[in-house]
Formats: sequence, structure tokens, C-alpha cells
Amino acid sequence: MIASFFQWLNDTQGLNFSVFYDAFDRSRFLTGLWTTTYICVVSIIASMALGLIGVWLAGGSSRLGRLVVRVYVQFFRNTPPLVQLSFFYFAVASLLPTVSDGFGGQSPLVSGTGWAIIAFSLFAGAFNVEIFRAGIEAVPSTTVEAAESLGYTRLQLYLHVVLPLAFRICLPALNNNLINLVKTTTLAYAIGVPELLYAASQIWSEVFNVREMMNVLLVTYVGLVAVLVWIMGRWERSMRIPGYST
Amino acid sequence: MRSGSTDLPVLKPFRAPAPIAPSGFAAPVMLSSGTLAVFVILFGASLALAQVAARPAGEGAVTVLLRWAPLIFQGFLFNILISFLSMALGTVVGVLVGIAQVSLLAPVRKTAWGVTQFFRNAPWLVLLFYAMFLLPFEFRMFGITIAFPAWVKAVIGLALPVAANVSEILRGGIKSIPAGQWESADALAFTRAQTLWMIILPQAFKRMLPPWMNLYAILTMATTLISVVGIQDALSVTRAALIAESRPELMIPMYLLLLLMFFAYCYPIARATLALERRFNVKA
Repeated sequence: MIASFFQWLNDTQGLNFSVFYDAFDRSRFLTGLWTTTYICVVSIIASMALGLIGVWLAGGSSRLGRLVVRVYVQFFRNTPPLVQLSFFYFAVASLLPTVSDGFGGQSPLVSGTGWAIIAFSLFAGAFNVEIFRAGIEAVPSTTVEAAESLGYTRLQLYLHVVLPLAFRICLPALNNNLINLVKTTTLAYAIGVPELLYAASQIWSEVFNVREMMNVLLVTYVGLVAVLVWIMGRWERSMRIPGYST
Repeated sequence: MRSGSTDLPVLKPFRAPAPIAPSGFAAPVMLSSGTLAVFVILFGASLALAQVAARPAGEGAVTVLLRWAPLIFQGFLFNILISFLSMALGTVVGVLVGIAQVSLLAPVRKTAWGVTQFFRNAPWLVLLFYAMFLLPFEFRMFGITIAFPAWVKAVIGLALPVAANVSEILRGGIKSIPAGQWESADALAFTRAQTLWMIILPQAFKRMLPPWMNLYAILTMATTLISVVGIQDALSVTRAALIAESRPELMIPMYLLLLLMFFAYCYPIARATLALERRFNVKA
């Protein structure tokens, strides 16, 4: 019924939303949506892991660890993500060996999607280090000292005392950053990863419905962000400590 | 007893630190010039490696790099120019939308809010495509033809998200001024426009400046997106140079050079933003 409605819209109004009635375009669009979602989910998880590792090293006693984290954070925060992505995809990939793809050909060790995930994780991870650090600094030193005097090791202290509190404090900033990450995944278009923007551009260059596809695309991205905001909101509520609000 | 079944305080809330600016990234950053040193060493090492690798092939890597560096730098200057223009346009539009966001008229306020949220949550690249494809290449009005070359469209495309972010910064800044200021201005018979212009905005300005600068740094980094829609900027020049030379060992030094240019430009801005934030937080 939806298909016939959009077919009718195309025939009578000249508004060509081909993704809603053409099975081929729809499958391409959905594949793109799936790739974007996949990149988003993996990058979000990896960037949060990077943020945690970074913040652990930044607060550690090793000078080398602190230096590495500092360089990492500043490098990825102050350079354009698109250039970072190109750097990884073109320059770093050229250093890596190729592997046999089983059909007698050679394929690169890491695919375009793989590099996109690596680059976006590193990019968002740099921001996450900062965000987690701000959250950890907001945990009152008395709480930390109390836990220390009870004989907590540093790992226990982080796992049971600092991180549970810090997480709740930095959730709004983390939210912002993860939304930013979802928006950044469009850059994968530049290295030919078949994600949502790429799929849409293929469709509009074949069907000549730039205006309609643009709007579908914008609404889809706003929808993706809305889903993320909703999930984070649920998570925030489920983590709420009764009577505890800042 | 289930932990969720009580509303009694389990833990006393502690005072949150100074509010994080609308940018969300106002946390004290680990800043030092050591980073730049590491960066330069990395660049030098990769260059030296390329130089050694290129020995049998004739021309040294440094010579090639020096040949292309001025061109890449020109492209970089073009990026900066685009960032200035977009920031100017985006700020003007954003301030107007932001003021509309605190309007007393509900329809104006809600429309401005909707526009802001929409353009803030759409990806920059998609908005850039939007502007590039949907704006006409020329514009006829009253018999005058205004040409819209690609770079003007790019400026407009980048200004859209900037305007939305500026609008949000402005709203946040105005809302952060205590209501007492509005009320006392009211009591002194200031009109609303006077209150906004003479009392609220001057106070909000210093709170809005750091996130605005942060936004500018983000915009500068986003200007490389114009290479995706086919405008010659630093990134496209770098890519063209690498294709022309077809020397794989040069890739890492070339891209690092480009990254270094952006870093050298954005890093001082980040530092200044932080310095301002710290300074203003003391007084606020």
C-alpha cells in the first residue's frame, strides 16, 4: 500500500521517492542504512573502550602512558576527521600487506569499512577521553580517599567507585559526542564505503531524484540520531540513583 | 528490597563542577607543547624513511615535498578563507535565529527551535550536498543575475550547521543569565529589546565566546569536506600531488604535512578557548 501510494505520487505529482516503491533502490538504501548502523554501533563501542583505556592511562603513574594519551587526544581533536580518514585509508593502508581473497586475487588487509571504523573510533575516542576525565574529576576526592582507605586497589576503585559515579556525570557530554560520531560516519562516503550517503548518491545519480533523496536522507539521519538519543535516555534513566541528582 | 523502590537519598549529591559549555567539551584539556614536538618528530621520521626508500629512484622525498608544499599551503589558505566566510554568514544568521528562539511569540520561538534542532542534528556533509545540488547556479532577481559559483554554494552549505549551532549557543547564553536580571530591567522600564541588547547580551557574551571559538575550530576542520563535492582545497591538492608523483612512500609524509597544517592552526584556537573558559568560569 505504501508502495502504491508513492508510485501514485510519482505518476501524478512528479515526486519520485523511488526508495519506497522500487525494490532495487529500496534494497540498496537499506543496505546503506545497515552499513551506517554497523559502523555506528562498532565505532561507538570501540570509542568508549578507547576512552576508558585512555583515561586509565592518563590518570596512571606511567609518564610514557600519559604522554601517549596526551598526544593521541590532541592529535585527533585538532585535525580534520576527513584528513585522518584519508591518512588511514590511503597512506597507512599502503604499508599493510595484502591477503589472498580465495579467488586468486589480492585484497587489502583492512577493508574501507574497516578503516572507517578505525578512524571514527579513534576520532571519537579522543573526545571520550576528555569527557570521561571531566566526569572522573567531578567525583569528590573524599569519596576516592574513603575507598582508598578501605584498601581498594586502583582497578577496584575505578570499577566500583569512580566510574559508576563519573559515568552518570558525563552522560550528557557523552551523548553529544556519540551523536557527533553518527554524523561523522557520512565521511566514509569519501573513501567509497557503501554507507547511507553513498547509497543515496548512487540512487539519485541513476534515478535523477536528487531533491527527494536529499530529504529522505536528512530525515533518515535525524531519525538515526533520534534513536540514539532515545537509547541513551533509557540508559540514563535505568542508571539513575534514587534521590541523587546534580 | 529492590534498589529502585525508594526515593530516599542513597548518596548525597555533590556540587557539580562549573557548567560544561554548550559545546560539551569544556573540560580542562591536557595541553602542552610536547604534543607538537612529538608530532614534528613523527613527521620528520616518516620523511627520513621516505628519503631513504627513494634513494635508488632518483629524486629525494624532501625535494618532492618542497615542490608541492607551497601548492598545498595555498589550498590550505583557501580552506581558511572558506571557514571565515562560512563563520561570518553562519554567525549573522545564527544570531537572528537564536534571538527568535527566545522570542515571546510562541510560533516564532517554536519554528526557530525546530529549524535549529533540524540543522544541528543533520550531518554536515549531507547539508553540504544539499546546498551544492539544490541551490541554483545563478539567481535572478529584479533583472540582476547573481552568479552562484560552487564555492559560494559551499560557503552556504557549511554556514547552515554553523548557524544552527550559533543559534543554540546564543540561546544557551541568554538562558544562563539569571532571571533577576530580566526582572530588574523590567522594573526599570527597559523595553524587551533594550533589555536584551543593553543588559542580557553583554553579560552573555563572555559565556558565548568560548563555545563560539570551539565551533570555529570545528568548522575549520570541516572545510575539508568541500573536497568531497569537487572544490579544490588542501586535501584535493594533496591527493592530486600524490597521484601525479605516484610514489607510495610519500603518502604518509604528505598527509602528515597536511595534518600538521591544520593542527598548527586549530591547536592555538583550542588553547585560547580553554584559557578564556578558565578565566570566565572564575568570575561566573
